[in-house]
Amino acid sequence: MSSTRVEVPEQLAPPSGPQPPAERVAGLWSDAWLELRRRPMFWISASLIAVLLLIAIFPGLFSRGIDPRDCHLKVDYEGERVNNFLLRPPYVAQPDMLDLPVPDAIRAGHWFGTDLFGCDYYAMTIHSTRNSIVVGLSVTAGIVLVGLLLGSIAGYFGGVVDSLIARVTDVVLAIPTVLGGIVLLSLVRPRDRGVALVVGVLVLLAWPTVVRLVRGSVLSVKELEYVDAARALGAPTRRIIWRHVLPNALAPALVYAATTVGVIITAEAALTFIGVGLQVPALSWGVMLNTAQDSIIRAPHLLLFPGIFLSITVFAFILLGDVLRDALDPKLR
Amino acid sequence: MGRYLARRLLQFIPVFFGATFLIYFLVFVIPGDPIAALGGDRPIAPSVVAKLREQYHLDDSLPVQYGKYLVDMVHGDFGTDFRGRPVSDIFAQRLPVTARLALVAFAFEVVLGIVAGVVAGIRKKGFMDTLVLATTLVVVSVPIFVLGYTAQLLFSIKLGWLPLAGIQSGWKSYLLPGIVLGSVSLAYVARLTRASVVENLRADYVRTATAKGLSRTRVVGQHTLRNSLIPVITFLGVDLGGLLGGAIITETVFNLPGLGRQVAQSVINQEGTVVVGIVTFLVLIYMVSSLVVDVLYAGLDPRIRYE
Repeated sequence: MSSTRVEVPEQLAPPSGPQPPAERVAGLWSDAWLELRRRPMFWISASLIAVLLLIAIFPGLFSRGIDPRDCHLKVDYEGERVNNFLLRPPYVAQPDMLDLPVPDAIRAGHWFGTDLFGCDYYAMTIHSTRNSIVVGLSVTAGIVLVGLLLGSIAGYFGGVVDSLIARVTDVVLAIPTVLGGIVLLSLVRPRDRGVALVVGVLVLLAWPTVVRLVRGSVLSVKELEYVDAARALGAPTRRIIWRHVLPNALAPALVYAATTVGVIITAEAALTFIGVGLQVPALSWGVMLNTAQDSIIRAPHLLLFPGIFLSITVFAFILLGDVLRDALDPKLR
Repeated sequence: MGRYLARRLLQFIPVFFGATFLIYFLVFVIPGDPIAALGGDRPIAPSVVAKLREQYHLDDSLPVQYGKYLVDMVHGDFGTDFRGRPVSDIFAQRLPVTARLALVAFAFEVVLGIVAGVVAGIRKKGFMDTLVLATTLVVVSVPIFVLGYTAQLLFSIKLGWLPLAGIQSGWKSYLLPGIVLGSVSLAYVARLTRASVVENLRADYVRTATAKGLSRTRVVGQHTLRNSLIPVITFLGVDLGGLLGGAIITETVFNLPGLGRQVAQSVINQEGTVVVGIVTFLVLIYMVSSLVVDVLYAGLDPRIRYE
């Protein structure tokens, strides 16, 4: 296959004589890397993501050895004073609170306090990271794969295949993600709604945008001279798409993917929060927020901590998408 | 323009039927026999079964069922919920709530979003620009329900300025949920306006206007802004459709009895007729608003219709 490699221009270059000033030998990717290296925002988002990935893979290292399921339910009849920095009178000690289990706020031993069942809230928050990250990364990987496949087929071949893909794309795009997610997930019994199912449903609903994106880039690339050159040299279609067209369609897809991880994590949390996503024994920020909404006045910290973790995670990926777009789009420089 | 409109309308038809059929299929067909599920553990009297099967055309083939459902819908008959209440009544009661919420959100994002975008775009990399970019990034990152709860904690519980939830206190009830619902779109509007203003300020016609000796206000306010708003208007159009359909979470957090919360409840109660009726309606709104936007875009920017 080496005969089809387009190295001809380099070999034809004059070996001696005045060399042009060697200012830009780098390609798009190494250029982008040089640009990224200089941006503090890139390092902020990259280190946030690195820490979150570590937490997701080894939650035990971060949860101070506390098992999130090791809970000590206590009914605090005496506990009129809920020791919470967010609660000030007159919201302390409502009469109806006294015969309910009182969630502890921050105190020694429980950094984030405990939930209504006496479980350590910090350990719960840490252990919930995995589900969000897994859903975000696998859904994004799934839709990028589907997008590259369908988008390059639609863009490169055009015609009937293209219009067929375009119509299916239109139909799926017409259904808002959260709405479609609720309908699809409700078809499955609650106890069967695990991470894999949520990932599948979100992939089904979220693929069309990448297809459109890749189709657009493929359309703009496939008429360029270097693709014609590859074709003239007798390269098979699969190789032209794989080696010459797709690498150029990859940059916009990558930028989109980084942001999408954040968007998908939000979508999963939203579906779980409504009650159709991951279900109660699962450790998930969406489940925590869903449970906490009933005690917003008594125990606002139950809403705040998973909310903060969720927001930071989404922020890290959206920020990464932002810096990647700036670095990969030469027009913006 | 006529040909563009015709082509766009023709594309609309298969998408409409595709999307509505998909929803119909998912809600009514996949879960199995809806009548058997109605009775739970106790069997239903055969006469009732027969009547229900006739009412929902269950003895016909799937495409015929769907066709008859559409015909009924055109006649304003969306079916009834479990208690025999017409779905159209539910619409009449729930739609105004969602519409008011969407209106507040829309007004908020249009006014503040465009102002922030223009202020940021006029001086690229200035203080306001950095501020707007940073704020919008944060707003986009915070999921809407987290934002909703934080707003409730701050403005309702701590400060007591606005009602916590429900629609008991008139227009005030819609203020907080509207702002929360509109905040993400506000960030997009601001960023879009900013990018558009930055790009247009470099355009030749702006240089010409400046060279003619026009004042800065006139160059920015008239020449630049008019052209910069075209992409913003198209975003706003699609977004209005999205706001009407996508308020499920906001309505749940703020306990507003709108269409979104009704859909979520009906899905959990497995009331298929209500779900299909409302979802079809929401998808239709969403699609019509995208259609209107495309036509509007073609009207505003002549380059589109000659492609």
